[in-house]
Amino acid sequence: MLGTSILLALREIRRHILRSILTTLGIIIGVAAVVTMVTLGNGVTASVQEEISSLGASNFIVFPVRTGRGTIRPFDEADVRAVEQQIAGVTIAAGNVASSATAFYNGQDWDTRVQGVNNAFLEAQSISVEEGRPFSKDEEQAGKNVCLLGLKVREAIFVPGTSPVGARMRLGDVSCMVIGVIEERGQGGGGADDDDAVYMPIKTVQRRFKGNDRLDYFVLKYDPDYAPSAIQDSLVDLLRERRLLQAAEPNDFNVIDTAQVNQALGAATGALTAMVAVIASISLLVGGIGIMNIMLVSVTERTREIGIRLAIGALAREVRLQFLTEAVVLCALGGLVGIALAFVASIGLASVIDVPFVFDPMINIVSFVFAAGMGIVFGYYPARRASQLDPIDALRHE
Amino acid sequence: MTGEPLIKLEGITKTFGSGPAAFQALKGIDLTIERGEFVAIMGPSGSGKSTTMNILGCLDVPTGGVFRFRGVEVQKLDRDQRSLLRRRYLGFVFQGFNLLARTTAVENVELPLLYRGEKKAQRREAALRALDQVGLVPWASHTPAELSGGQQQRVAIARALVTQPDVLLADEPTGNLDSERSVEIMELLCRLNSEGITVLMVTHEEEMASFAKTIVRFRDGRVDRTERGARALAEDGRPA
Repeated sequence: MLGTSILLALREIRRHILRSILTTLGIIIGVAAVVTMVTLGNGVTASVQEEISSLGASNFIVFPVRTGRGTIRPFDEADVRAVEQQIAGVTIAAGNVASSATAFYNGQDWDTRVQGVNNAFLEAQSISVEEGRPFSKDEEQAGKNVCLLGLKVREAIFVPGTSPVGARMRLGDVSCMVIGVIEERGQGGGGADDDDAVYMPIKTVQRRFKGNDRLDYFVLKYDPDYAPSAIQDSLVDLLRERRLLQAAEPNDFNVIDTAQVNQALGAATGALTAMVAVIASISLLVGGIGIMNIMLVSVTERTREIGIRLAIGALAREVRLQFLTEAVVLCALGGLVGIALAFVASIGLASVIDVPFVFDPMINIVSFVFAAGMGIVFGYYPARRASQLDPIDALRHE
Repeated sequence: MTGEPLIKLEGITKTFGSGPAAFQALKGIDLTIERGEFVAIMGPSGSGKSTTMNILGCLDVPTGGVFRFRGVEVQKLDRDQRSLLRRRYLGFVFQGFNLLARTTAVENVELPLLYRGEKKAQRREAALRALDQVGLVPWASHTPAELSGGQQQRVAIARALVTQPDVLLADEPTGNLDSERSVEIMELLCRLNSEGITVLMVTHEEEMASFAKTIVRFRDGRVDRTERGARALAEDGRPA
């Protein structure tokens, strides 16, 4: 009976194809809006999370900023050591300094970044050495000419299948020995690519490329048993003291708490989703009223047909089921069209706003079920009205 | 069940509306119809013949009196129970044919079987058999718009027959047809009757009524008189 009802419903919808499309437009737009927004929201979240994860596994990132004084006062290794030694709970503090250079090997060249880091930095950011070994204490302290290769640099200048470990390559006019290769990292923060980089000890980069002992920024990791806010407070106090800032002066450095960024983003995405849900539910409500309206029209138009069906022995609930099925099928089709539309729109918009397209089956299923549910809610009254018609009056209806 | 007439009306009354506007359409009808009968109900407009037909077709319930169909007191049944009674034992033919538009003849005939929950193949087979009875198999896939009035009425008869009902109720079945088609329809009804189906028909045309075995004449909400139809008389020579 239900299968037959669905077939009958499809036939009826096909008969009034334009009317059906116009009627379900509300549902189509509602579903398409929800699915598109949620899909894009997921894309934004994913891209932001990737961004955040590219900040590394560290808890805080500290970098100098320009204030009223006009110049940036960089940190140096002494600041990093002070933070690590004087603040309780800090397990790792490690600096970073970057430069750019062209890498040469065996007649190949590749423009890349040179990252000055120590093993502690690699550890704080969970960067692991895939092949070869990390820096030795001696290499870090003496600023030896050794390097770890990012994957892209390796692919760019070394023959595939051969190990670069032990090879002597050139970075600009600095010769260095490859001691290892870094695991694949993916897109890094601020557009930088962690794979497209050569890692050398801080001292080497400072001495050979920069000619000073400055750091661009430093990261730190703390023991999770300590309160992050307490650590951040002591960190700010210590740095202000070391930088001789007066009480009235603002901080000339910034501390990014990755956990907080995560939380703030989560809250923002949540608020956005809630707003979309409200807008969509209004659209769906309007769509539902449209369905109810057209079903009432349909019942009136088909009064005679209902009379015939009742006369030949259809039960009230069978007539009700027929019209209810029609409303549900109409809404479900609207839902499917909306989902298809959302799929296309999401792919298009995702590429326009440059976020990944993240297909979320759950929101698609939920939207579809919800749309079909609208059919039950708004189709019930017209269906009930149809089923309660008096067969004699219905047969006389012109 | 033995000895029980197929249909028995006792003191049936029907009042429409209430209070001062109330109108008594039936003022006490007593009527017994046996299996295999062919009854024509005649009478001027407002005599109560259509109201009686609606009651006999279990589409309406009487205000007073007892209506027994196969021994069951129909006036005590609810809407759905009467629907089931119609589904199982009754077939309807209307003046306006009442076929579903944009639906082929064979699909129209299948419709009652749909509500009986029969399988698609069985539905199709039974529908074609019913169309064969009315000689319309070649038109099975035509829609009502593509059929003449006489053909449409024959499709409607096939639809009424497809469930193999006990009773065929025909309300002015020839009202919309010319005399030649009307005679064809009446001959078809006679043939079906001779095959065992009880036929109840409302008509205002004496010529059509003459095909029936029994003619019941209504006047002013009452049965005026009951007589044997001309053909029946010619066949068995006995008055009613």
